[in-house]
Amino acid sequence: MGEKSKGFFVTGDPLIYGADVAIIVTLLGIIIFLTVFKKWGWLWKEWFTTVDHKRIGIMYLVSSLLMLFRGGVDALLMRLQLAAPNTHFLTSQHYNEIFTTHGTIMILFMAMPFMFALFNIVIPLQIGARDVAYPFLNALSFWLFFFGALLFNLSFVVGGSPDAGWLSYPPLSEIAGSPGPGQNFYIWGIQISGIGSLATGINFLVTILKMRAPGMKLMKMPLFSWSVLSSCITIIFAFPVLTVTLALLFVDRYLGAHIFTADSGNPMMYVNLIWMWGHPEVYIVVLPAFGIYSEIVSTFSKKKIFGYKSMVFSMMIISILGYFTWVHHFFTMGAGADVNTFFAITTMAIGIPTGVKIFNWLFTMFRGRITISQPMLWTIAFIPCFVVGGATGVMLAIAPADYQYHNSYFLIAHFHQTLIGGVVFGYLAGLYYWWPKMFGFKLNERLGKWAFWTWNIGFYVCFMPQYALGFMGMTRRVYTYGWDMGWAPFNMVSTVGAFLMGIGFIFQAWQILYSIKNGEKDVTGDPWNGRTLEWSIPSPAPLYNFAVIPEVKHDDDWWETKKAMADSQYKKEPPQYEPIHMPKQSGIPFIMSACWFVVGFGFTFGWSYVGLAGLLGVGLCLLARSFQQETDYYIPVDEVRKTEASLGRVG
Amino acid sequence: MNQAISKHTHEHEHHHDTFKLLGFWIFLVTDCIIFACLFAVYAVLRGHTDGDLTGKELFEIKGFTAETFILLTSSFTSGLATLALHKGKKAQLINWLIVTVVLGLAFVGLEVSEFRTMVHEGASISTNGFLSAFFTLVGTHGLHVSFGLIWMTAVILQIRRHGINEKVKEKVTIVGLYWHFLDVVWIFIYTVVYLMGVM
Amino acid sequence: MEENHGSTKLYVMGFVLSLILTVIPLWLVVQHVFAKGMLTIVITAIAVGQLLIQLFCFMHIKDGEKPRYHAIALVLGAVIVFTIVAGSIWIMTFNSQVH
Repeated sequence: MGEKSKGFFVTGDPLIYGADVAIIVTLLGIIIFLTVFKKWGWLWKEWFTTVDHKRIGIMYLVSSLLMLFRGGVDALLMRLQLAAPNTHFLTSQHYNEIFTTHGTIMILFMAMPFMFALFNIVIPLQIGARDVAYPFLNALSFWLFFFGALLFNLSFVVGGSPDAGWLSYPPLSEIAGSPGPGQNFYIWGIQISGIGSLATGINFLVTILKMRAPGMKLMKMPLFSWSVLSSCITIIFAFPVLTVTLALLFVDRYLGAHIFTADSGNPMMYVNLIWMWGHPEVYIVVLPAFGIYSEIVSTFSKKKIFGYKSMVFSMMIISILGYFTWVHHFFTMGAGADVNTFFAITTMAIGIPTGVKIFNWLFTMFRGRITISQPMLWTIAFIPCFVVGGATGVMLAIAPADYQYHNSYFLIAHFHQTLIGGVVFGYLAGLYYWWPKMFGFKLNERLGKWAFWTWNIGFYVCFMPQYALGFMGMTRRVYTYGWDMGWAPFNMVSTVGAFLMGIGFIFQAWQILYSIKNGEKDVTGDPWNGRTLEWSIPSPAPLYNFAVIPEVKHDDDWWETKKAMADSQYKKEPPQYEPIHMPKQSGIPFIMSACWFVVGFGFTFGWSYVGLAGLLGVGLCLLARSFQQETDYYIPVDEVRKTEASLGRVG
Repeated sequence: MNQAISKHTHEHEHHHDTFKLLGFWIFLVTDCIIFACLFAVYAVLRGHTDGDLTGKELFEIKGFTAETFILLTSSFTSGLATLALHKGKKAQLINWLIVTVVLGLAFVGLEVSEFRTMVHEGASISTNGFLSAFFTLVGTHGLHVSFGLIWMTAVILQIRRHGINEKVKEKVTIVGLYWHFLDVVWIFIYTVVYLMGVM
Repeated sequence: MEENHGSTKLYVMGFVLSLILTVIPLWLVVQHVFAKGMLTIVITAIAVGQLLIQLFCFMHIKDGEKPRYHAIALVLGAVIVFTIVAGSIWIMTFNSQVH
C-alpha cells in the first residue's frame, strides 16, 4: 500500500471514481433486470445450483471473458503510461497495482477458468460420459473460483489493490513492506480459487481414468483428453505448493512469524516454493492448448493426427519434466553452478518433446485437405508464434546469459509470446471450435477474421519491439523513463500494437453479440465434420449427454462410424434406452463458497471473528453435505425418449 | 429386463465407490505434497534460531514419545474399526471408532499443552524462523487431526442412524485412510523434527 | 466381497512392528549409538520402514481393482515429495551460512 494510508474505500484517483460509478451502474442494472423480469428464481435454479458440467463450463467461460476484459484494460493502461517518456498519466503506486493485478488476473482468473471452461464443456462429451466423476465437487470448484476472483477484484474499490507483483515476492509482500489489506486480498483471493483448481484437477483426472465409454482404451482416447489428463497430473502436484506458500506468507503477515521475512526467515525460500508451482503452472495452461491444436489440425486437415503415440508421450513427458525446471526463474539468486546447470539442462530438454509436437502438427497438415475456418486460422497462427517463443525460451534457459536477460523486457516479450501465442490462441481456437457444441450456432466468420487479423498483427507489433527494448536495458515494472534512454520509439510502437489487440477483442465481443442473433444454426450436431464423440450428439447436448453410452471401437471413433454409416449395408439398431442415473442439484457449493468469501474478507481486514464465523459456516456446509443421503436420481426412459425425439434423434 | 436394469444400476453404484476411493487417494497425494513443502521449509529454516532456544532445549522426550505412541495406537484401533466394518459388526465398529476419537483427543490435548509450555518459555511462532517453521509444520498436522476428529464423530453419528450400508462403508473406509495417513505424517515429524531435534 | 481387507493378524503384526520401529530410533538417539550423520540416515530409513508398514498393513495399498492408479499416483507423489524436500535443501544451502 506504500506510504499512503487508505480508508476502507479506495479514493483519490479520478480513474477509480469513474470505475466505481461504472461498477455501481452495472450492478444496479443487473439487479433491476433480474427483478423486473422475475429472473432470480431462474438464476438460482438453473445456474447457481446446477451440477451439470456443461452449464458450469459456460459459467467459467463467461467469467473468464470478463476477466480477460479487466486484465486487458489493465494492460492498455500500462501501455498508455509507457507510450512516451516522462508520462504522468498514472502514479507509480497506481502503476504498481496495475501490473500486479494484470498478471494475477490473466493467469489465475482468466487462463485457468478459460481452461476449466473447456475441460467442463468438452471432456465428458469427448470420452462418452454423462458427467464428471464428482459433479458436486465440480460445482464447488466453480463457486470457489468465482468467489476467489470476486474477492480479488473487490480490492479495486475496497481496501486497495495489491501492488507487490503478480507473484508477490517477500520481503516486499511482508507486513513491513505492504501493511495494507491489498496483499491479503491477493493471498485469500488466490487461495480460495486455488483450492477449487486443485479439486478440479482431481475431478477430471478421475473422470478420464474411470469414466471413459466402454472400448475407449487410453491409447484410443482423443488427444484433447490426453492433454487434459497430463495437465491434471501437473495440477495435482503443483497446486498444493501454491496453497502452502500463500498460507505461510499469510502466517507471516497475520501471526508475525518469520518464515519469509528478511530478518530471521528466508525470503528466497518463498521464491523457491512459488516457482515450484509457478513453472508447472505454465505447462498446466499450455498442455490443454496443445490438445486443442491437435484436435483442430486433424479435423480441418481431414486426416488422422500424425504420430499419435509420440504426441501422447511428449505430453506426458512435458507434464512430469515441467516439474523439474523451476529454478530457471531465479538463476540470478546465485545458487551455484551445479544447481543452475542442472536446471538449465532440464529446461532445454523440455524443448525436445515440444518440438516433436510442432512437427507432428505440420506433418498432419502436409498433404491434408485443409479447410481454413476460424479454429484453423488461430492454430496456424500459433505455430510460428510459439516457435519463436520457444526459441527465446531456450535463450533464457542458458544460465549465464540469463544474468543479462533477467527481468528485462526480453523476458516480458518471451513469456507473452508463449502465453498469448500458445495459450490464448489455443483457447480462442477451442472456443471457436466448440462454440456450436455449447450454444447450437456458429460464430460469424467475417467478424471473426477481422478479430483474428487485428489480434495477430497487434500481437507482433506489440511484443517484437519489447525484445529489442530488453536488449536496450529496459527492465520490467519501471513506470516511466527519460528521453535519454532511447526507448521512446519502440515503446510507442508497442503501445499501438496493444491497442490493435484491444480492437481485436472488441471485434470478438461484437462477433458474439452479432452471432447470437444471426449466427448460422448447427442442426446436425457435427458442424465441422468432426472425428470424436462430442460431435455424435446434438448441439447443445441434452442434460444426460448420451441417451445410450456409445461403444468405442476405433480411434477417431465418430469418423469411423460416419464412414460405416455411409455404407449402404449399414443397419442402425434401434436404441435401447435405460433409466439414466444423474446427480441432484445442490445449493451447498454456492453457500459454502460464499462462506469462504466471508473467511477471506474477514482475515483480509484482520477481523478474526468474521473470518472464524465464515469458517464455521464452511464446516456446517461440509457436515450438511456429509449427512445428505439422497444425492442422485434417475431420469425415466419415457423422458429420455421424449427428449431424443424432440432433438430429432429417434430414427 | 427389470433384472438387467437393476444389475446395471448396481454396477454403476459400485463404480462410483471405486471413484471416491481413487479420488481420495489422489487427495492424499496432494496433502503429502503440502506436508513435503512444510518439511522443506523446516529443513531450510531449522538453523535460524537467532541464538534463542534450540530444539534440543525445547523438546521434551517424554512428551513427544507419548504423543507418538497414542497416535500409533489410534491408527491401530481405526484399523480394527475397518475390520469390524467388513465383518458387519455395527456395535464393534462404533466402539473402535469411539476409542480412536478418544485417543485422538488425547493426542491433540498433549500437543496443545506442549505448545503452551513452549510459548511460556518464550518460544512462540513469532520468535524466530526455526520456531515459525516448527509451529506451522506441527500445527498443520494438529489441525488435520482435529479436523479428522470432527469428521469421524460425524461418521459415527451416521452409522448410528443408518447402520452399515454402502455409503457408510465408503465413509468409514475413507476416514480410516485419512487417519492412517496422519499417522504416517506424524512418524516423519517424530523423526525429522523431534528425534533429529534432540540429537 | 472377495477383496482382501486384511485380517486381525495383519493389523496386530503391523501395530507391533510399528511400536518396535518407534522405540529403536528413540533408543539410538538417546544413547548416541552412531555419529550424527549416520544417525540421521538410520532413523530416516526406519521412518520409511514405518511408512511401508502403514501402507501395506493398514492402508491396504495392494487392494483395489486393476489398474492400480492409486499406487501409480503414490509412487509419482513420492518422487515429487523427494524433489521438493531434497531439491529445496540443495538449492537453498547457498545461503545457509548467513544465519
